[in-house]
Parts: sequence; structure tokens; C-alpha cells
Amino acid sequence: MTLQAPIDDAGLDAGCCTFGSLVAPAARSVAAGADPRAYAVVGADGIARLDAVVETLDCPSCVPSIEGTLARLEGVLGARVNAGQRRIHLEWDPARVDVERIVAVLGDLGHRIAPYDAARLGGREVDEVGQGLLRALAVAGFAFANVMLVSVAVWAGLAQDMGPGTRAFLHWVSALIAMPAIVYAGRPFFRSALGALRAGTSNMDVPIAIGVSLATAMSLFETTRNGEHVYFDAALGLLFFLLIGRFLDRSLRGRAFAAAQNLLALRAVSALVIGADGNTEVRAIEAVRPGDRVAVATGETVPVDGHVVAGRSEVDASLVTGESLPQAVAPGDLVHAGTVNLAAPIEVETAAAGSQTLLAEIAAMMDRAGQAKARYVRLADRISRVYAPVIHALALAAFAGWMTLGGADWRASLMIAVAVLIVTCPCALGLAVPAVQVGAVGRLLKRGAYVKSGDALERLARIDTVVFDKTGTLTLGRPRLDGIDGGAGDALALAATLARRSTHPLSRAIAAAAGDGAAAEGVHEEPGLGLEAVIGGERVRLGRGDWVGGAAPAAAHAGTEIWLRRGEAPAVRFRFVDAPRPDAAEVVATLKERGLRVILLSGDRRPVVDALADQLGIAEREGECLPSGKIAVLQRLAAEGRRVAMVGDGLNDAPALAAAFVSLSPSTAADVSQTAADVVFRGDALAPVLECWEVARKADALVRQNVTLALGYNLIAVPLAIAGLVTPLIAAIVMSASSLAVTGNALRVQRGR
Amino acid sequence: MAALVYLIPAALLLGGFGLVCFLWALRTRQFEDLDGAAWRALHDDHDDRLKDGRD
Repeated sequence: MTLQAPIDDAGLDAGCCTFGSLVAPAARSVAAGADPRAYAVVGADGIARLDAVVETLDCPSCVPSIEGTLARLEGVLGARVNAGQRRIHLEWDPARVDVERIVAVLGDLGHRIAPYDAARLGGREVDEVGQGLLRALAVAGFAFANVMLVSVAVWAGLAQDMGPGTRAFLHWVSALIAMPAIVYAGRPFFRSALGALRAGTSNMDVPIAIGVSLATAMSLFETTRNGEHVYFDAALGLLFFLLIGRFLDRSLRGRAFAAAQNLLALRAVSALVIGADGNTEVRAIEAVRPGDRVAVATGETVPVDGHVVAGRSEVDASLVTGESLPQAVAPGDLVHAGTVNLAAPIEVETAAAGSQTLLAEIAAMMDRAGQAKARYVRLADRISRVYAPVIHALALAAFAGWMTLGGADWRASLMIAVAVLIVTCPCALGLAVPAVQVGAVGRLLKRGAYVKSGDALERLARIDTVVFDKTGTLTLGRPRLDGIDGGAGDALALAATLARRSTHPLSRAIAAAAGDGAAAEGVHEEPGLGLEAVIGGERVRLGRGDWVGGAAPAAAHAGTEIWLRRGEAPAVRFRFVDAPRPDAAEVVATLKERGLRVILLSGDRRPVVDALADQLGIAEREGECLPSGKIAVLQRLAAEGRRVAMVGDGLNDAPALAAAFVSLSPSTAADVSQTAADVVFRGDALAPVLECWEVARKADALVRQNVTLALGYNLIAVPLAIAGLVTPLIAAIVMSASSLAVTGNALRVQRGR
Repeated sequence: MAALVYLIPAALLLGGFGLVCFLWALRTRQFEDLDGAAWRALHDDHDDRLKDGRD
């Protein structure tokens, strides 16, 4: 471990923020993941295995410290961390070590894990398509380099005095290298083109496949006839550059896929089921049946929808309803999965069938709402729809023109058509979009925003309206002490001595406002009511107004309030607000300045919504919105022709997130919302929303520049090709130059503001 | 020009060796976790035994 300190000091941490850490904080604040006992699998060989997401893998020293420490632990057979995906695979001998011991050791190192079912998620499978593309890319690269080597000799020979025998020999060498490589590396394109043709449609791969196979066939024919020009190098170059673009695109999707799987893992929750005989058993949430009694400890997330059967408590339902106040629950009350139990242990009887849970309802609503997004056509696809037929027409026209009007024989005419197909082949186009998007996504990742797909960036660049949710999105979703009414100066200090004993959000807010200090002894928490202690012979209560008594009527207040009463003295009121994110006003102002329409939609009560909207300067606001109401507003906006970015965090926002043109969600959001959102950002600041929009617009501008650049090359090259002036040398130069120009331009997305 | 007879095979052999190495690295999953490998290498108590942690 001697190296560790200097490495950390050197600031290596800065470079290791991969996407996983952006998604993880949700689990940190809402749930610690499922109980590992419910997910460990013991194989036939007696070895127990577990796959888990490690949420806290942020530093270079994490990997060796986890693996090293676990390796020294008696009974652990293997521990392998995948830092890129933020996952760990554990193997141990259950007879010698307990999974809880392993988790505890990880806990000592500061890591918490969220186990998942590898079989269900297909978690540890390699991305076969991505690997296939990489293999094809390697083969194409190898063959391209070697054929180029030979081609340069041929080109030099054409200008000097190479004999026809040597040239024929070199052509045969090229053919022998190129033929197998083209067959192998071209498969992704041939397959896709065949699929499209069978379905009666066309895509960008059709001209590619036709161009490559025609060029190869013609070159082979020319080689047998001892012709002057062959296009093996051009065909391979096409495949090589296109495969780079294809691979970039794929790796973007692969990342998104892994992150989505991690989200699913974090959502997997275990439940402590109480059997009929009173014994408790930990079960994966999928194994909990309606009617099961589930125990929920203080501070835990309620795992199921159901009715409270024992215990009184308060639950934080902000992620489910958007309501910022904790709700009191008593036996008979309905609680939803995803709410957090705040005050005291409760027991919940699981409600009927899975399809009737709130989550399932929300999921169904999301399915219906998400169709608008599915209809979006990516820019590259839109271009190719126009581009492909034009290429075909041009090549055909060149062939027919030279045959009839130009008086060339079929061989020469076909060679000219092949040259047209090759110079128009969308090498630069295929690179233009993914290269920019990979750069933009990478840049946003460093700033704490994780973009799930390239087309999310395209959509984000075109928005004209931003709709915000309130609780947890514009605000931080946790109460902050706003003011104290009445009482002497020591009221806060006294309240804090009680509050330090409690984990209730309001208690935490008081403790935070008071700073460090002592905690009172013998504090008793009355679930749903408040805290009570005896200090200096006097009874002190901190809690609901009707419970502490002696509350003087006070002016109405939009937020939460609790009261403190010492002995028989008049009660003191503590007012709380859900503080807006520190830069919320600034971001809203900037968005409006740039001409975007800003709207606030919240499920919270109207006065609270109005107060915040006034504070942030949002004119259009709507309170007490149900999830269906939010969708209705979004659909109305869509009908007006507006392209809406929805920013929200709650379960109640999830359908709206799915319905919006593009959606963003903070990393503290409900898992479903994070899954529905196109972009997940972390931190207390709202600035990533603005940053995402700006980078998306910049990326959009660069993509358009790149496309223009690529088409500009064609504008010069196509007339040359049709005129029959393009030799393999010119084709190679044009192709490489346009690809390099486009890639170089794409790199600019990483720079500047 | 007779030199081509052995120069071209030599070039192909060298390039092919590189290609085979790359495909081998891909097959042995060395491209799966680029970050982790970089981090592990920085620690002197790094233990190679752990590499058989996966099945």
C-alpha cells in the first residue's frame, strides 16, 4: 500500500469518474440495495457466488484494495472487480466464511454493494456484437495497411517504369490479402443490407454493400485481365473507416446498456418477510407474495405496496407523489413501494397482485407515453434515406451515360460506376455523427451528467420548452430550517439537543442549523408525533403543534412546521422550507434568457408551488398535478408543436419523463425515473441541465458541420468520378482526407465552453 | 524485384503477428475492463493469483 498515498495526492481521482458513480448516489440515499443473502447462489461444487454493483468505486486505489483485502480473508476464493462497469464478482466457500462477513469487510473499506441476479440480467455476458465489430475492425485494419503498402508501390510504378508482370504480381498479392478480409470484415454491412432488402426497404448499408462488393468483383476481374487499376485498397479503406464509426456508436450504446443494468440491480430490493410462526426470512422482492407480512425498519425503503398492519410511523413519499411533507401512517393506511419509513418500525401486509401496484400502473402509463420518443428518427438515418437513392441513381447514370453517350466499353463504364460508388460511400458520414456524440457524451460525463444515448443529444439540441418538477428537482428535496417564531434565543439549541437523537429529516435539519453540540439523554420518539425528553426536571417536547400543546395561532406558512415546548411555557414554532438548489434561480433565468419557455409542474400543494415559482421567477406553474395530469400538459404542449425537455425525479414524474421529447433526471431520483430519463445528472447543482443543453447544441452544430464537410467532398469528387478521372489513388486520398477532417472537427466538441 | 518474394511474406507475417496478438487479447477479455487494469498496475501489493477469480 506504499504507493497509494502519493497516487491519491497526485489527483488521479479526477480522471476516474465513470458513469456508474452518477447513477449510484440514488441508491445511497434511497436504498442500500438488496440483502446479499437473497442473491448468493451456491453451485453444485459447493462454492457460493455473488454478482453485485459496487456503487462507491470512485478512486484508483479501490480496485486493488478491495481485491487485496478480500483475498486475505479466510474462505474467499475469488474477488474480481470490473472498474469500467462498477461491478464485482465474488466466490467463496460458505462453510468457511459468511457472506455477511464479506459485506462487512467491504463496508469497513467504505464500499457498499447492491447484489443482482446475474442470470436474470445477463450481467456478466460480454457484449458479443461489440466484440465482433472490434474483431472485424482489427482484420480490416491489418488488411488495409498491407494492401496500402502494395498499392503505394503500384502507384509509384504507374508513374515510373514498373513492368506489367510486376504490377500483375502485386495486384494478385493485394487480391489474396483483400478478398478474405473483405468477406470477413464486411459481414456486419452485408447482413444489415440483406436484411433491409428482404424487408423491402433500403438503408445506408445497401450502397455500402453494393459499392464494396462491386469494387471487389471488378478489381478481381481486372486483376485476371492484367488491368491497370484495382480498387482493393479503396474497398478495404471504406470498411475500415465505417467500422470505426460503427464501433464508436456501439460502445456508446454498450455503456448505456451497462448503466441501465446497474440501475435495475439497484432497484432490486430484498424484503424481511415475517412467517406465520413469527420467524423472519430475507427474500428477494420477486419472491414476496401478496398477503406476506413485511417488516420495515426505521430508515428503510418500503419494498412493497401494502397496508400497514402494525406500528405507527411517518413515511417520506416525496419520490412517489412529489409531496414534500412526511406523511403519518397508522394501521390500515396504504403505503407504496419506494417510500421511506422515517420514524418507527412498521409491518406491512403485501397488497394484491403485482399488476395492481402503483409501480406497475406507472410502468403501463410510461409504455403508452413513450411512443412519441420511439418515433424520433436519428439525423444519420434521415440523411441516409435521401442519400442512398441518390448514390444509386448517380452510379447508374454514370454507367449508362458512358456506355451510350461516352462510347466506352462495359468494363470501363463499370469501373467508372464503381469509382462513383466508392467516392460517394458514406465513410465520413458514418464517422461524422458517432465521433461527435462520443466526444460530447464523454465531456458531459466529466461534468457529472450521464447521457444515455446519442440521439438523446440530438433531441436535446432541438428543445424549445423546459418543464421542471418541483420537489427534488428544482429543490434539493430535503427540508431546511427557515425561521423560528417566538421563544428565547436558546430555543434552537434546546431543540437541537433533542433532534440529534433522531434521524427524522426535520430533526436533521434542526441539528444541521444548530451545528455541533451535545445530545440530550433519554430522548423518546413518539412515531408520527415528535420527540420527548426530560431536561432539568421539565418535560420538553418537539413535534406536532397539537401534540406539544400551547401553540399560539401564527400566520399561515407554506412549508412544514414543528413546535418546541418546554414545561408549560408557550410553544415555539420552527418553520422549514424545501430549499431550492443553490443555482436554480440562475439556471432558470439563463434558460429564459436563451429563449426557452420554462414551466413548473408539481404534485405538491399550490401555495408551496407558487412560493417557489415566485422565488425562481417562473411565470407558468401548476400545482397538485397527478401523473396523468403531467402527461396531459406535455401532450398539450406537443400538440402545440413544442419540443419539451422534462426534468423530474419522482416516481410520479416517470410517465411524464417518458412522454417528453427528451428528459433529464437527477441521480437522487426514483429508479424508474432514472431508467425513463435520457440524461441523469448528479450533485446539488442544477447547472448540468444547462450544460447538457449547451453541449448538445454544440454537438449538433458540429454534426451539421461534419455532414456539410462530408457532402462538400462529394460535391467535388462526384463530378470527377463521373468524368472518369478518379483513379484508385485519388479515391484513397479523398476518402482518407474527408474521414480525417471529419474526425478532427469532431474532437473540437471536447474543447472550450 | 526478386526481393519481393520474401519481403511481402515478411511484411504479412509481422502484421499478422500483431493481428493475432490483438485477437488473442480480445479473446482473453483484456479489453473488458480497461480502467481496472490500469488501477491494479499502480499497486505494489497487486496479486496475480486473483486473476482466476472468474469462472
